[in-house]
Amino acid sequence: MTNTPSDLKYAASHEWLSADGTVGITDFAQEQLGDVVYVELPEVGRVIEAGETIAVVESVKTASDIYAPASGTVVAVNEDLRGTPELVNSAPYEGGWLFKLDVTGEGDLMDAGAYTSANN
Amino acid sequence: MTDTPQEPLKRTPLHAAHLRAGARMVPFGGWDMPVQYSGLKAEHDAVRTGAGVFDVSHMGEFRVTGEGALAFLQSVTTNDVSKLKAGRAQYNWLPGVQGGLVDDIYIYMVRDGEYLMVVNAGNIAKDWAHLNAHTQGFDVTLTDESDRWGLLAVQGPKTPELLQPHTDTDLSAKKKNAFFQTKLFGFDVWLARTGYTGEDGFEVFAVASEAETVWDKLLAIGLTPAGLGARDTLRLEAGFPLYGHEFSDTIHPLSSTYAWVVKDKAHVGRNHISLAPSQKLVGLRLERVPVREGYPVKVAGQVVGHVTSGTSSPTLGHPIAMALVEAAYATAETFEVEVRGKDHPATRMELPFYKA
Repeated sequence: MTNTPSDLKYAASHEWLSADGTVGITDFAQEQLGDVVYVELPEVGRVIEAGETIAVVESVKTASDIYAPASGTVVAVNEDLRGTPELVNSAPYEGGWLFKLDVTGEGDLMDAGAYTSANN
Repeated sequence: MTDTPQEPLKRTPLHAAHLRAGARMVPFGGWDMPVQYSGLKAEHDAVRTGAGVFDVSHMGEFRVTGEGALAFLQSVTTNDVSKLKAGRAQYNWLPGVQGGLVDDIYIYMVRDGEYLMVVNAGNIAKDWAHLNAHTQGFDVTLTDESDRWGLLAVQGPKTPELLQPHTDTDLSAKKKNAFFQTKLFGFDVWLARTGYTGEDGFEVFAVASEAETVWDKLLAIGLTPAGLGARDTLRLEAGFPLYGHEFSDTIHPLSSTYAWVVKDKAHVGRNHISLAPSQKLVGLRLERVPVREGYPVKVAGQVVGHVTSGTSSPTLGHPIAMALVEAAYATAETFEVEVRGKDHPATRMELPFYKA
């Protein structure tokens, strides 16, 4: 079974958002994607609306758009992913985070229970 | 998504076995097929270093019989079928009448006047119509045996040693492209020393009703089930064109590096194949970003072609792609590939990217 921490919020498009504005993709999503080989990160300073395409995660076979789970400004990106994109697979909620937002408004998000039942 | 009513997906004789093995299933050429089981990279590596087994039962089999079988095959293909001997297999093309390829195929010779043709899954109906439209004047009978066979591709350097204890044939005596009837796990099968991964291996023609047991026995002796995902990365590393990507009804077949498949003989596509292709297939290497089918390929900022297949090579550890570019640029050393609006440098790499 995949891991869905209870202290995060989840988008139907499989991104998670933490209380401090950190964004990543879920354990379920990384497992569906398979081996991640490249991550295209947004530029720091970009202002984004919830639901907009903001990053791309590429596995061996496919490129998947990442959607912003909240509106706000990108204040940091995970530089470690440029050299070790596989962190998205091995630690989707820790070392594999994608970027941080200064959140001005959340999108339509679920708690862990709702996200888990939506993906079973 | 589309609202158009879809035909239900067809299932191979191994469908239940795939679900048991935990496969992720996807639609492919009208079939419900396994794209991966344990993971694409693990399956890919198993085939490169050990042995894997693919379900390729979705491919079509046509039997071609009659005194005119050879003459008929000569007229609808580009390779010289007269060079084929009983017990041997030959890669071949079905050229279109107007242009492009109807399909790329394998022909297996059973005996004089009897051949088996294996065609791509998505092209079965089209090939069948095309072939039947060209039988006039030949003493030939075509039989669609696609439902009769379960076809398994057993691929990887360890396949001969794994299969040997379970067959009554000395596999070491069977060279590449051999095609022979034998017992495997006690079942009557045909084996062909052919494949689509760049590795040694066999394709196993089993009677459809026995295919699942053969599959289970192959897994039990240590073969790794491998899905369409690994099949695609393996064939791309090996530089093998794939119909619908590097070949089509409109792409000039000599754009590929396979000019040897066209011999000097009369056939239905001779007129257009004799014209020089305006595009050439090249291999590209990128450093980091994977590139996908359809991405523009440029030289000095000018679009000269597009990617036909691309992936991140599990064996080589960097992205690779095949691309069709204007013939004048086919010898350029450096290209750019546009990915989401940004150009990324690519260098030309000789095909195949990987050779066992």
